[in-house]
Amino acid sequence: MRYSGIRVIKEALSGHKGWGPLWRDPEPKPHYDFVIIGGGGHGLATAYYLAREFGESRIAVLERGWIGGGNVGRNTTIIRSNYLLDGNEPFYEFSLKLWEGLEQDFNFNAMVSQRGILNLVHTDAQRDAARRRGNAMILNGSDAELLDTEGVRKLYPFLNFDNARFPIKGGLLHRRGGTVRHDAVAWGYARGADQRGVDIIQNCEATGFKIEDGKCLGVETTRGFIGAGQVGVSVAGSSSRVMALAGMRLPMESHVLQAFVSEGLKPVLPGVITYGAGHFYCSQSDKGGLVFGGDIDGYNSYAQRGNLPVIEDVAEGGISLIPALGRVRLLRAWGGIMDMSMDGSPIIDNTHIEGLSFNGGWCYGGFKATPAAGWCFAHLLKTGQPHETATAYRFDRFRRGYMIDEKGQGAQPNLH
Amino acid sequence: MIINHPLLGPRDAQEFTYLGDASLIHRPDWQGEDASGQFHDYLYLRDNPAGQHRELWFHEVGDRSWLVVTRNTLTHEISNVELARDVARREGRGK
Repeated sequence: MRYSGIRVIKEALSGHKGWGPLWRDPEPKPHYDFVIIGGGGHGLATAYYLAREFGESRIAVLERGWIGGGNVGRNTTIIRSNYLLDGNEPFYEFSLKLWEGLEQDFNFNAMVSQRGILNLVHTDAQRDAARRRGNAMILNGSDAELLDTEGVRKLYPFLNFDNARFPIKGGLLHRRGGTVRHDAVAWGYARGADQRGVDIIQNCEATGFKIEDGKCLGVETTRGFIGAGQVGVSVAGSSSRVMALAGMRLPMESHVLQAFVSEGLKPVLPGVITYGAGHFYCSQSDKGGLVFGGDIDGYNSYAQRGNLPVIEDVAEGGISLIPALGRVRLLRAWGGIMDMSMDGSPIIDNTHIEGLSFNGGWCYGGFKATPAAGWCFAHLLKTGQPHETATAYRFDRFRRGYMIDEKGQGAQPNLH
Repeated sequence: MIINHPLLGPRDAQEFTYLGDASLIHRPDWQGEDASGQFHDYLYLRDNPAGQHRELWFHEVGDRSWLVVTRNTLTHEISNVELARDVARREGRGK
């Protein structure tokens, strides 16, 4: 069924009896050409692009719980293409371009809203760094605009401009950045993949790989063995656990990142803003809640919940930047598990085991990457070669000394 | 989280900074065969378990001692805290 305005009117006149489920609930078949482990945004996007872009149809997506129940449902919904380094920025620009056409492409309302992202700067050094990053973005086909204090004041007059310690000196505005209805991304990809014949198999946990003579022949699951020509693992947060089943140790740690929503307010915040002097970034959802987050808690965790000190730190950052938030009440807080890689950048690569490929290590930036990560992983699974925008995302970059370290922090995952 | 410091008693985890897996105590021999391969594994690869995890915490705003904390990464429950120096000596580090 294709969604359209006419369809909505027809259904309204016939008592909404024609809407069916968005995807089937198939039994697993004994063998597929492609098996994707992980029914999150990335896994579903991978299956979608394998089917739509690369013409494959014998594809299964295995999900331990329900689709979209992991990080694609736990993030702060921001999309952007404002990276500095060559290994990253072309990829994220590719991703943002896919976001711009996504809803027409998969015929689903994902509420893509390019409301602009403003990274505030508070010192001369930060302004120089913002100018450099803006130039790198423009060179890679993205957009960037350096605002001075008055430029920021026009957009966000209520910020704390005269903070004695961290005055706002300006900001780097990325107008094409914005927010997306995150659950709809998972549902839209799932529906689009299902329509093209992909089997989405929920409540099906991968418990092992069948590997013979260095070749992966399929996946052992809680619903039996499923043979595969090519297996793709896309299980952000649980990457180390799943790849350990294939005997691999990964260059990453799992960390918890918390996020928050306030009670619903009237429209106050037109775009996304990030504080340059503390861990706080914020946007306002269409329901009115302020959606905000900060830094990871900083210790290994698989718990999907964090501790109070970070909540306090984020709240302090928020009040410091927007004093008007002082009486806003916090409605919800939650945590998601991030694959924090050793250089803060992801991996989309084949492994040393034939027929087993990996997509992960997205740190806390996986949501914005969803379309391009799906596309590039599908490209890798189909052709065996990396997509042209993802050639740097290799396992062996640590051994070869080609880290993609945006922050320059070194091999310390909790600092990225 | 509260870390029960072996010398100072229960302290708030905010007083500490976190380094990572306690296997970092065992630095490879830089003169050994395949030292570069071993340093790659030492520096970049982690077990990253879901469950019991031995990890290094530094009491930065306290007595500046290094601790080995055994903590469950699924529940954040801490079951054991030792001075990293004692652990290192017990596991054969000379200094």
